Amino acid sequence: MTDGTINTQETLVEVRDLVKHFPIRQGIIFSKQVGAVQAVDGVTFDIFKGETLGLVGESGCGKTTTGRLILRLLEATSGEIYFDGKNIPALPKDDLRELRKDMQIIFQDPYGSLNPRMTVGDIVGEPLHIHKIARGAEKEKRVRELLEVVGLSAFHARRFPHEFSGGQRQRIGIARALAVDPRLIVCDEPVSALDVSIQAQVINLLEDLQDEFGLTYLFIAHDLSVVKHISDRVAVMYLGKIVELTDKDELYRNPKHPYTQALLSAIPEADPTLKKERILLKGDVPSPINPPTGCRFHTRCPKVMDICKVEEPKFIDSGDGHFVACHLIPGCSSIDEDEE
Amino acid sequence: MTKLVTEAELNNDAKILEDGGAIRSPWKMAWRKLKRHRLAMIGMWILIILHLFSIFADFFTPYGEVNTDRRRINHPPTKVHIVSPEGKLVRPFIYRYDRVDAMRNRYEPDKSTMYPIRLFVRGDKYKILGFETNVRLLGVDSPARLYLFGGDRYGRDIFSRIAYGGRRSLFIGLIGLVVSMSIGMIYGGIAGFFGGWIDNIMMRVAEVIMSIPSIYLLLALGAVLPASLPSDKRFMLITFILAFISWAGLARVIRGMVLSLAKTEFVAGAEAIGCSQPRIILRHILPNTLSYVIVNATLAIPGFILGEAGLSLLSLGIQHPLASWGNMLSEAMNLSGLSNYPWLLVPGFFIFVTVLSYSFFGDGIRDALDPRAQT
Repeated sequence: MTDGTINTQETLVEVRDLVKHFPIRQGIIFSKQVGAVQAVDGVTFDIFKGETLGLVGESGCGKTTTGRLILRLLEATSGEIYFDGKNIPALPKDDLRELRKDMQIIFQDPYGSLNPRMTVGDIVGEPLHIHKIARGAEKEKRVRELLEVVGLSAFHARRFPHEFSGGQRQRIGIARALAVDPRLIVCDEPVSALDVSIQAQVINLLEDLQDEFGLTYLFIAHDLSVVKHISDRVAVMYLGKIVELTDKDELYRNPKHPYTQALLSAIPEADPTLKKERILLKGDVPSPINPPTGCRFHTRCPKVMDICKVEEPKFIDSGDGHFVACHLIPGCSSIDEDEE
Repeated sequence: MTKLVTEAELNNDAKILEDGGAIRSPWKMAWRKLKRHRLAMIGMWILIILHLFSIFADFFTPYGEVNTDRRRINHPPTKVHIVSPEGKLVRPFIYRYDRVDAMRNRYEPDKSTMYPIRLFVRGDKYKILGFETNVRLLGVDSPARLYLFGGDRYGRDIFSRIAYGGRRSLFIGLIGLVVSMSIGMIYGGIAGFFGGWIDNIMMRVAEVIMSIPSIYLLLALGAVLPASLPSDKRFMLITFILAFISWAGLARVIRGMVLSLAKTEFVAGAEAIGCSQPRIILRHILPNTLSYVIVNATLAIPGFILGEAGLSLLSLGIQHPLASWGNMLSEAMNLSGLSNYPWLLVPGFFIFVTVLSYSFFGDGIRDALDPRAQT
């Protein structure tokens, strides 16, 4: 999958110019909009059938919002998301419910993502009930199967979430997502809240399930080493935009965007004798309410040029499916085009 | 063959399900914690006994609610003796009291005859489960009369009337609670879940209701109700009036809770698997507000009981001759009555005990349902 044949693969999800602005209002009765949090501001990418697309970035860069927009847990401000040819933001409610069978989500917080008042059996069985996949004894049987698939025991069905550890709860969440037999699962930082030893177990489980059921993952994380392990391709987000998107090996070997380079230099190395040059970024992520002009990274970029402050770089394919948005790359600036 | 195997496996699974250890549901855990809370358990048992006493008032009391005796006005509590004049231990008996001073209603026991307290005697008729009967737990032979807690100014037995009055005073709280809780939960749930301008309008309406001074509203409504209104209708109306002015506060808290619960990941998860909006509200959001609602409920009931007592004290509540603890207490309103016949305060003691019991019970429930207070 990583040998450059990506472009010939079938796409499952096409995201085009996706925008999500959360309005900021003032006033109690006659409220007016005074601004917007530009959580996602024009992202474009594809997810291919059967692949794992990693989506990384700092906290607050819009990766979770992107995931939720794809599932339409949030309404997009503008842009298109095609799942199997159907435009999700424009889909009528009835069709959307039908489509929910094909897309599922695994959440970050193993404590907040399971209803504390429902038994594990009810939680895992609810999607079966809602989509009329199985009822009664058949449903119970299916729930037990699902629990065993994710490495729990059948008798856990009658227990409550608070009786489980974080890793076990995450398995329950995975079982719930699997219940409808989905094609796409958005994994929203599924291991960030877990111990490192448990992280490995859950990631291995996700990989096994992918092989077994032919799943496609959008894997959201802020940990590059986790993403490196599980992903086929990786997209890097910064302040509501994708700055670089390419094949995993290519990204780790040849990062083109200065932000990606800085991120990669921050991965801790197990070998203490290995001296690595760390690129330290100055300052904090700017506010998404009032993002910088031009390239959003210019305020912190070590290689900043004059053009970066004025013009937004285009997100283009710099060759072999290596997408990047940086003025250092030929073709990203409109001036380059003018010269050509 | 393979089918047999799977069936055997299923049975095996069922067995595991059964002896997979004690299932600790949140409710079971709360109950276990509540049982360890001694004051709450005492409160709970007092409340159970009081409610049963009121429900089966006909059986537990010696006289009917409106059984009057004009010759025994403001009768003092009869002393129950278990030692006969000869100094022998006998079954409990009383003496008949004679009025020695008609002006000031002074009574002296006539020690010539002993009237044993009989069990399962025939007294005033009543209906229970459609059967008419006249068997009562306690009673004495005529012409003596049993006044365990004394009598009022119509010669009615206060003990009996407390039991009958409890039917209104205790249950006004429960009925009022159900009404105000349902309105508050649905109203707050809708406002919190949908948010935006719906929430804005609904909360402003609730605030308007909260800003009406309740005592004036009650006075106005009490004055509007015609005196000829049948007493059971009057009772229901008073209950609804009390409920309608108390739901707004609860609605506001529920709205806040729903607002925060609607942002949790398990609600997002429910939406992701395709739950409808009513299902999300009813199955995922409202059950998680229940622990607060239950605590709030146990602590709100005393408000209703006191509200009814206050209304009846102003003679706007339950009307004579029907009893309620509030209107019984209103007889003790003047100082001379209070100093001469202090037993008229007994209904007040019952209000006090009930309110206190609910508070202890509510306290215990709050501790039991608080997940941070794990023991």
